[in-house]
Amino acid sequence: MSADSRFTHKVWQEEELSKMVPGGVPYPMLSDAGGRIGAAYGVYDEAAGVDVRGRFLIDPEGVIQAMEVLTPPVGRNFAELTRQIQAFQHVAATKGAEVTPAGWRPGDPTLKPGPDLVGKVWKVWKPKQE
Amino acid sequence: MSDQPQGCVSPAKGVLTPAASAAAPREGSTQEVTRMQVMVGRPAPDFEASAYLDGGFANVKLSDYRGKWVTLCFYPGDFTFV
Repeated sequence: MSADSRFTHKVWQEEELSKMVPGGVPYPMLSDAGGRIGAAYGVYDEAAGVDVRGRFLIDPEGVIQAMEVLTPPVGRNFAELTRQIQAFQHVAATKGAEVTPAGWRPGDPTLKPGPDLVGKVWKVWKPKQE
Repeated sequence: MSDQPQGCVSPAKGVLTPAASAAAPREGSTQEVTRMQVMVGRPAPDFEASAYLDGGFANVKLSDYRGKWVTLCFYPGDFTFV
């Protein structure tokens, strides 16, 4: 979503995005005219008249689970977005019985929170040295 | 989506979730009425936006995607660099 109109989105898709990615971007391109929606999400820069680089991960119940906001010069990292989606989906699938520690990737050990684990996390998990 | 002519679609409604404090701006204040409503763990404000998708124009609501995981990406502008 940007403050550009749907017309500009169409031409950008045709002129540039479809040359970067086969078939272009496969997602709806939304128009946030006047930044009203960005303002509700806290990402509309009124002085510049644009939405800054905000990304929100929303679960199937409509609840925001994660958000990341960057100033325009630095692009997003999709590997981290994918990792977060996998982590949140894992937690949701276990209904919170399992949680993912720092640096978790699919297949890594998870933690099972509860009174027994208080002060004992060091016994079951060590940070990765990366 | 509706069968309206594709050229002049009716304007999208914008933010659908009312702001937490819906009072009119106080005298002397230059604040916009729509304030930041978001926090992780809280519902994402619903909205309707005009959109380009599947080769055509339509209005899209966040609530259309209820039941699915959604990544909502804002960005500054088409035809820019990053």
